[in-house]
Amino acid sequence: MRTISLSETSVREANRQLHDQTAELAEAQWRITDPEGRHALACGLDQTLEVEIDGHAGYYCAGMNQKARVTINGMVGVGVAENMMSGQVRVKGNASQSAGATAHGGLLVIEGDASARCGISMKGVDIVVGGSVGHLSAFMGQAGRLVVCGDAGEALGDSIYEARLYVRGSVKSLGADCVEKEMRDEHLAELRDLLDAAGLDARAEDFRRYGSARELYNFKVDNADEY
Amino acid sequence: MCGIVGLYLKDPALEPRLGALFEPMLVSMADRGPDSAGFAVYGDEVDDGMLKFTLQNADPALDWDALVAGLTRDLDATVDWFRNASAVVLKTRAAEAAVRGWLADNAPDTRLMSVGRSIEILKGVGHPKLVADRFSLAQMQGSHIIGHTRMATESGVSMEGSHPFTTGEDLCLVHNGSLSNHNRLRLTLERAGIRFQTNNDSEVAAAYLSERMSRGETLTEALEAAIDDLDGFFTFTIGTRDGFAVLRDPIACKPAVLAETDAFVAMASEYRALAKLPGIAHARVWEPEPGRVYVWEHSTRTSMQETGT
Repeated sequence: MRTISLSETSVREANRQLHDQTAELAEAQWRITDPEGRHALACGLDQTLEVEIDGHAGYYCAGMNQKARVTINGMVGVGVAENMMSGQVRVKGNASQSAGATAHGGLLVIEGDASARCGISMKGVDIVVGGSVGHLSAFMGQAGRLVVCGDAGEALGDSIYEARLYVRGSVKSLGADCVEKEMRDEHLAELRDLLDAAGLDARAEDFRRYGSARELYNFKVDNADEY
Repeated sequence: MCGIVGLYLKDPALEPRLGALFEPMLVSMADRGPDSAGFAVYGDEVDDGMLKFTLQNADPALDWDALVAGLTRDLDATVDWFRNASAVVLKTRAAEAAVRGWLADNAPDTRLMSVGRSIEILKGVGHPKLVADRFSLAQMQGSHIIGHTRMATESGVSMEGSHPFTTGEDLCLVHNGSLSNHNRLRLTLERAGIRFQTNNDSEVAAAYLSERMSRGETLTEALEAAIDDLDGFFTFTIGTRDGFAVLRDPIACKPAVLAETDAFVAMASEYRALAKLPGIAHARVWEPEPGRVYVWEHSTRTSMQETGT
């Protein structure tokens, strides 16, 4: 285990030490202390590291992650795990807007609440939120799964493509082309797997499923000639 | 971009340290707004029937003694005063209209920054650290304070374009964002008798609130109406003589974070502005919901009113 205090080491230097593990893995366990809301912590990792951040982090924490498991013992600012490719990011507290934006893979767990635009343009990531999400979550979600144990704000899944959404609580409103869908056995099974992977105690049977009605312009075969 | 910060003390024991606690908050937001900075500090309240006027003049050679002597003689009123760099605070029983009129006639280059029993607004061009040092922010005492670091978008970089903006007694506002219907609103408010000093959109937001509150609305009611009437992007932090409020537009384009302990409520554009506050590790820290009014008032020091639409 190696510890980096950000009251003594710059973010750039801390990230460099983590990136140095990409070519050759010398130390897998890392602890980052005194984050004090600094931005871009543990970004661009590309190695099977275990990174623990002790405190609140700023914007774009663990962005572009590949392979690493990053845990934040606090809350995070805008864009946690944005464009994650693989690995796992776990936020013990709340997350600000655009959590998991455009992420292609991996698992993002937010134990508290996430604000607006959680999973915006998600492209294959799995996001499990212990609390609630704000408005326009999964906006233009293309692939992946979003699980919300609490409530969802306005315009959930607006202009959604093929991302699958599971919400246990209320949905303030559904966005354009987002509809409630039947919860079949295969959905219950994948939801159980996601809740297990996130370590959250919830019954899959209590959730409802939402997804695309496939009625927007780009889904219409009549428009195929346009391409 | 801009950064906004606010600190509202619930524990009076912290009041001597208000400026010392707040200065790092303001300076930490310099990356979001390096052009200019300003703050409104509430404290050192004058008695009922008296008012405090904060004046500012960029000319370091200005003869403030002569200015105050002239004002005292012509208005036949006692004036206590002190100077702080390019600003002067007057305490007097003279009426606001009389002081305004006298300044317009006798010292047109001197700007009236704030009027009220508690508020003092100090602001200027330059890096927030320079502005804080210029006015000895770290030594200031009081009950609450709100500040702004500016990256200009809607009007020029000048002292006049810096925040906070005020248009009524003891009320001020800082704004991150931009309003799109401010010209029309300004016309409506001018017809209602509000006087504007700039073409800035944020001044219109301040005027909107003071106009409604002058008609008897509470701060909470005025802010609820603002959600419908103000069009654009905004995160506002608002100060009144005994209150502190935060409001974000319903789409939440601009960032905000709140922290609350038994001793204080703090607001900032980003968490890192709050990181050095005492007891922050155990504070309740959250992102204010869009389109929801958050108000704290000294009459309700231990509890918060939250309303939303």
